[in-house]
Order: sequence, then C-alpha cells, then structure tokens
Amino acid sequence: MKKILFILLVILIAGFNTAGFSKGIELTGAGATFPYPLYSKMFNEYHKLTGTKVNYQAIGSGGGIRQLRAKTVDFGASDAFVNDEGLKKFASPIVHIPMTAGAVVVAYNLPGNPQLKLTPEVLADIFLGKIKKWNDKRIAELNKNVQLPSLPIMVAHRSDGSGTTFIFTDYLSKVSKEWKEKVGKGKSVNWPVGLGGKGNQGVAGLVKNMPGSIGYVELAYAIQNNMPYATLKNKAGNFVKPSLESVSKAANIDLPDDMRVSLTNTGASYGYPISGFTWILVYQNLEDGKLSEEKAKELVNLLKWMLTEGQKYCEPLHYAPLSETAKKKALAILKKVKYRGKALLK
Amino acid sequence: MGEVKLRILKDRIFTFIIYLLTFLSVIPLFAILFSLVKKGLGVINLNFFITLPKPPPDAGGILNALVGTFLLVLIASIVSIPIGIVAGLFLVETRNRFANMLRVLINVLQGLPSIVIGIIAYLWVVKPMGGFSALSGGIALGIMMLPMVVKSTEETIKLIPYTLREASYALGADYFTTIFKVVLPAGISGILNGILLGIARIAGETAPLLFTAFGNPYLNFNPAKPVDSLPLLIFNYAMSPYERWQNAAWGASFVLIAFVLLINIGVKLGGRRWRVKL
Amino acid sequence: MLRDRFFKFGLKLAGGLIALLIFSIFVSLVIASIPSIKEFGLSFVFGKEWNPVEEHFSALPFIIGTLLTSVLALAISLPFSLAIAFFSGEFSKKGLISSLIAYATDLLAGIPSVIYGFWGLFFLVPLIRKLELSFNIPPYGVGIFTASLVLSIMIIPYASSMARDVIALVPSDLKEAGFALGSTRLEVIKKVIFPYSVSGIFAGLLLAFGRAIGETMAVTMVIGNANRIPHSLFEPANTLASVIANEFTEATSDIHLSSLIYLGLILFIITFFINYIGNMIIERMSVNGRS
Repeated sequence: MKKILFILLVILIAGFNTAGFSKGIELTGAGATFPYPLYSKMFNEYHKLTGTKVNYQAIGSGGGIRQLRAKTVDFGASDAFVNDEGLKKFASPIVHIPMTAGAVVVAYNLPGNPQLKLTPEVLADIFLGKIKKWNDKRIAELNKNVQLPSLPIMVAHRSDGSGTTFIFTDYLSKVSKEWKEKVGKGKSVNWPVGLGGKGNQGVAGLVKNMPGSIGYVELAYAIQNNMPYATLKNKAGNFVKPSLESVSKAANIDLPDDMRVSLTNTGASYGYPISGFTWILVYQNLEDGKLSEEKAKELVNLLKWMLTEGQKYCEPLHYAPLSETAKKKALAILKKVKYRGKALLK
Repeated sequence: MGEVKLRILKDRIFTFIIYLLTFLSVIPLFAILFSLVKKGLGVINLNFFITLPKPPPDAGGILNALVGTFLLVLIASIVSIPIGIVAGLFLVETRNRFANMLRVLINVLQGLPSIVIGIIAYLWVVKPMGGFSALSGGIALGIMMLPMVVKSTEETIKLIPYTLREASYALGADYFTTIFKVVLPAGISGILNGILLGIARIAGETAPLLFTAFGNPYLNFNPAKPVDSLPLLIFNYAMSPYERWQNAAWGASFVLIAFVLLINIGVKLGGRRWRVKL
Repeated sequence: MLRDRFFKFGLKLAGGLIALLIFSIFVSLVIASIPSIKEFGLSFVFGKEWNPVEEHFSALPFIIGTLLTSVLALAISLPFSLAIAFFSGEFSKKGLISSLIAYATDLLAGIPSVIYGFWGLFFLVPLIRKLELSFNIPPYGVGIFTASLVLSIMIIPYASSMARDVIALVPSDLKEAGFALGSTRLEVIKKVIFPYSVSGIFAGLLLAFGRAIGETMAVTMVIGNANRIPHSLFEPANTLASVIANEFTEATSDIHLSSLIYLGLILFIITFFINYIGNMIIERMSVNGRS
C-alpha cells in the first residue's frame, strides 16, 4: 500500500514539474462564449507568433465580469457592456475594448427549411407565447409564398446567463413595450415560454432536433449548422437578412468614445437590428488587476494585435470585423491603459 | 375445489408477472449497451485516443479527457484512500455510539447529491485558489469516493479472523505492527476491490466537475489548472449540434463504459473471496 | 507503547475528520447562502418566481420539479424493482438466471449518469416526441415525464438490491410453516415475507428516492431547463440539481450565486434526512451489520 501511494505521489510531483516547465508568458482570460471560436483561433495564431500562451475559459459573459472583479483573470470578455451601476461595483476603473461585432439570429426548424420574414412585433409575441402555432395569421401574412405547417411553436432559449441573451432581450425590450414590462433585458431572464439549452451550442442543438422550434443563436453557429434563420424588419422598415455586411452596417452609427454602446435596433437603414459588439474588459491601470509589468505589457501587445492583424481571422469564422472608426476608437482606449502611470501602447 | 383452483391461478399469474417484469427491467441495460456499441465502436481508432479535440465541425480525439480523468482519479485517490482506510479501521476497532453514528453519517455522505459536493469543492478550493482546477475536481471526487473506501475497509477487515491477530500479539507484535503487517495485508485484496469500484464510480461523475475541473480542450498535467474529463467531454459533445461531436461523444461513452465494466468484471472475477458490498 | 497510542489516536482522528467533513459541508452551504437567506428568508422556499433580471429568486418551481420527477420515477420503477427483488430473493435464489439478473442490475448501477442522459436524449426523447405528437401535445420530447423515465431506470438497482437482501433474509422456517398450512407462494409472500421485510423494502425505496432527488446530469440533459412551475407532466421544467448545474458558473450577481447555493442547501437538507432515516432503519435491522 505504502509503495503504491509513494509511486502515485512521485507521478504527481513529476506532473507538477513538467507542467511548470513552460516558456514564455501565460495570460488568462474568461468570459463570453460567443466569440470563443474566434478568440481561440486568434490566441492560437498569436501563440505561434510570440510564444505567449493565452488560456481563455468560455464561462459566459456574466462569469467573465465576475472573475475580472475578483481579479482571478488577467482580462474578462463580455457580449454585454457593464452598465454604470455595474461599474461602481469595481474597486478600480475598467475599460471596454470592442473586438468584433456579431448578429443574434432567429433560427427555426420547419419542414422544407423555408426562408421566413418576421416583424419585431411578431417576434416578440412568439417569445411571449402569444403566437402559438406556425400557421398563425400574423406569420402567414408576412410569408404569403410559404406553406406554413400547423405545428405548435416551441421556443428554445438559453438556460445559462449569456451576452447573447442580453443582446436579444435588449432588442425585444426596445421593440415591445409588453416585453419590456413583463420580462425585461438581462443576461438571463425569466422566460414566459419555452425550454432552455446550455450555451449557443445547446440552443442550436435543441432547434436542430425539434421540428417546429424557434430559438436565437449567434450567426456563426447558425451558419455552421446549416440552420435557416429569419429576415427581420429593422427600424427603418427594411427587411434585412443577417450577414456580416448587415452587422457592419448596423454599427455604422455615432459611436461613443468609451465604446459602451448597444447596436440593437439602430437607425442604420440596411443594418440588421439584433447586432452587438463583443468586448474584452481590462483594468485601466493594470496593476489594479494584480498583473506583473511583464504580463501587463504582453496583454496590451496582444490586444493591439487582435485589433489590427488579428481582425483578418474574423470573416472566415463569420464574425464582422471592426469598422475603421471603431478600430480607431478602440486603439484610443487601449492607449489609456497604463501600468503604474505609464502608458504601454506606443 | 373452485376456490383452490382460483388460488392456484392467482399464484400462477403472480409468478408470471414477476418473471415478466424482471426480464423487462433488463431491457434498458441491453438497449443502452446496444446503442453504445452501434454508435460508439465505429468512431474508435488509435487516433481517437492520441489526438486532441479540434474546433467544429471536426471533432478530433479525446486525449485531453483521458489524461484529465487519470489526473482527477489520481488526486481523488490520494485524497480519499489513506483517510478512508484509517477511518474504516476505526469503525472496526471501535464499538460505541460515536462509531455507530459515524457509520450512518458515512452512508449519508454517500447519498449526498454529487452537485452539492461540487458546490462544496467550489467554495473550498476554486474560490480560494481563484480559478478552476484539476485539484478542486479531484477533491470533489475524493469526497465522493471516501465512503466507498471506508465501507470496503470495514467490511473486509471485519471478516478477517481474530485468531490471526492473536497469533501476531502472541509473537510479541504491538497493535500498530499487527494492523499494518498482519491485518491489512490479509485484507488488501478486499480493500483494493472497494477502491477499484470507487474509481469506476467516480470516473463517470460529471456534475461535481462542471464548476471545478471545468474542462479544457488542451492537454494539461498541472493540478492547479482546469482539465477535461471523459464524462464532461461526453456532456459537452452530446449537447452540441455538430454531428461529428455527437459521434465522438458516443465513442467516448463507449470508452468510459468499457472502463467501468472491465473494473466491475475484474472485481467480480478476482474478488470472489471478499464479498464487498458498496 | 507510544506508537500504539499515536496510532489509536490516528484512528479516532480519521473518524472525527469524516464527521467534521459532513458538518463543515453543512456549515459552508449555510454561510454561502446567507446573502440570499437575508434577502428572501424562508419565503424563498414558497416563492414562485426565479427572475435573474429583477434579482428575485425563489425555489418552488424547482422543488416541485424535483418532487414530481422523483415521485414519478419511484412509481414507475416500483413494480420492476419489487419484481426483481422477489425474483432473486425468493423465486430463484440461486442459479444462472438469478446471477445474470444480479449482474445486470449491478451494471445498471455502474453506468455513469451522463451516459443515461445521452442515451435518453437520443433514444427516449424521439420516442416521447412521437407519443406527444399522437396525443396532440406540444412535442417537446424533453420534460418531466422523460426525466422520470430515465430516473426510474437508474434507481432500479438501488431499490431492488436492498429489497432483495431483506427478502432473502426471511427465515425459511417461517415460510415453510406457511407452505405447510397449504398456502400458495403468493399467499406466503403476502402474509409472511412481505410483513417481515416491509421496513427493509421501505428503507431501500427511501434511499432510491434520495438518489432520484439528487441526480443531476441525466435529468439536466432531458428535462428541458425551464424555470417555471410546470402545468403538465410533458412540459419542460427544472429540478434543484439541474438548475444549479445550468446556472452556477454563469451566475451574474452575488445574490444569484448565493441563491443557487441556497437551493443546494435545500437539496442537502432533503437528501440528508431521507438518507439518515433510510440508513437508521437499515442499521436497526442490521442488514448491513450481519457478518
């Protein structure tokens, strides 16, 4: 027995040592699941370039903000910006750096995979549980050339806290008074109807497996899974299909300097109305986040690379790259990030 | 006479129902095993074991999960085996109210939902360490394995004839030597069986790892960092919409169930002498 | 001898540590739930709403979901568990078939719960969906009924093995006396075996019930994760364990996290008492203590 234990111990200690043997700097981050495929690609490429390892845990936007506040990670990531009240909960100031923009699409599972058109009112009433059947008059009116089945509508939503939910409910709150009063917006909400899946993948999985279901997922997930998704009427009155282009157009508005801005239901005439930035969050004075100077420098280098060269990885993975204005504003924010009073970006 | 016939008829019907229900309840087992073989076996090849997962739509292998499960089981064993064996000895050697209460408590511990143990490992390890880690997952699994080690030790040692100890004492050995050189070696195979069954049980646990070991698509040997495990990988892949991921989940399920069944069969064949009940 | 004294102290220490472990689990859960207890108090248990936006949390939807799934699971598995118990405890105590059945139930107990969930998702859910379509109910496929079905298979080994043991322990002279009086086997089972073993069977069922209440993964995968009080057995719902599994890592606010731990505390208390009572019954019958 003693011998076995001894051997186990030796193996464990050996494991510790080999793992401790790593070259280069290691940065850790946590947060949003939506940009995870993009970030893992970017971090992988950055590792090849510089040897810096970035360990990113996709635990959801809420978790990312929580971990940054607890200073257990070097950076957080979120699809929803921290509101003024939330900022007060941080002991020291943080900044939001947008990395890419994405669309939340309304995906469904219907026989024949028809292309549906929806208006904000109809969408809200489906998610409120007021429209219960696919061949409801209000859906049929919008889609005259589609043969709608008499299937019941099954709503799929996220069961975990997520920035995707925030963007989607933020949109519904803007377009439906009833939604705003009954449900509201948040990273997780009290859904009036439907069933939950864990993560973008979970919802996509539910919709894919359930005939008659409707759910909201990130554009990238819908494209990868060959799921049909709805064309939506935007604020200007145009029916817009979600695409990288229509997301970029939605972002074509006056952006505030701190980049904490919602892209849902913007006035852009051909913009897709359920769009949003996704941000990386860091402490403005990196020493507040318990970073060493070496790590702080590398983090800023990483973020700069992601905003410039890294942007080329967006499109192949179905994320909308930042516009030139957005990029400029983001770099300006990065310039304000300091370590013991010293700016790190030249 | 009619009444007797009725009684016999009732008895016959009852017997038939018992046989029928008994055989019906074995069907799910075969249905599950059949699904696993049918869908899982095709995925498995050497590459499945020695490569890392790939981003969708590809799936890649399960090396990260195999290493993670090994690391978690190792930590759980280190946490639970020594204290479990000593506590088991305590239960054999002590006859008082505390020992009786402890016996019940250990059964209660075994019945606690694994998700609660996960919360505890989160509060005790993840929060203070400031991040998810193999260590926290291993400790959660160790707490779950502990009752099984204690019980198998107690059941085994209880069966060792007292004369063996008397012989040892007669040779002038003290209590410590008697336990470690005579009693424990005599029962080692029984205890080992219990430990193996415990490992088979915890290797398939998922719930306590969701917010402790957390999962990790990369290879990791460092106990202070997150690791993947077979059941976690199965959960994440099973709930995904990617067909190749779901196929990989069937493959991983096949590997996991093969591991669990092999341990169970091995213990059954090797351990006839000690009828350890967990 | 000094070494012996140390060693005996070590034995006591290990025993004490385990008792302490269970006590500290309880205390830690209570401490971590304090923010939520302060905010919602006992009304947490009876409130109907789980609303992360308004930060208003309560447990009733999950308590109902948990009780519905586990009671239904127990009811479904009961005839099967008892049949197995009577089969291998009375009808066919020895022999190939009996040991095969024992083996099969052991294997059922050994299958990891995530695999039950996975199998349920791909095998049972489509079946239930067809059933629901033919009854004209929304064909979710997932929901309380599906979860109960999976659970009922999972708890068969727990409910049947204890019952089998106590049934096999009924003294044969009692049974023989019954047969000598001209009773059929059914009558002996009804009048002799069942009354003799009823408390043990009950304890086994109680422990199986405890399992069903705390089961997490298999339920999470097939119950549909809806935080509402369900109106029918075919609706998606959530249990105490499954809502924790879903929301724990991504809880946005401190009160959300604390409320999830509060749910964990409720789960701990329920399962603690169920297991405590079940094991006390067994300890008293000393089924476990036979050597």
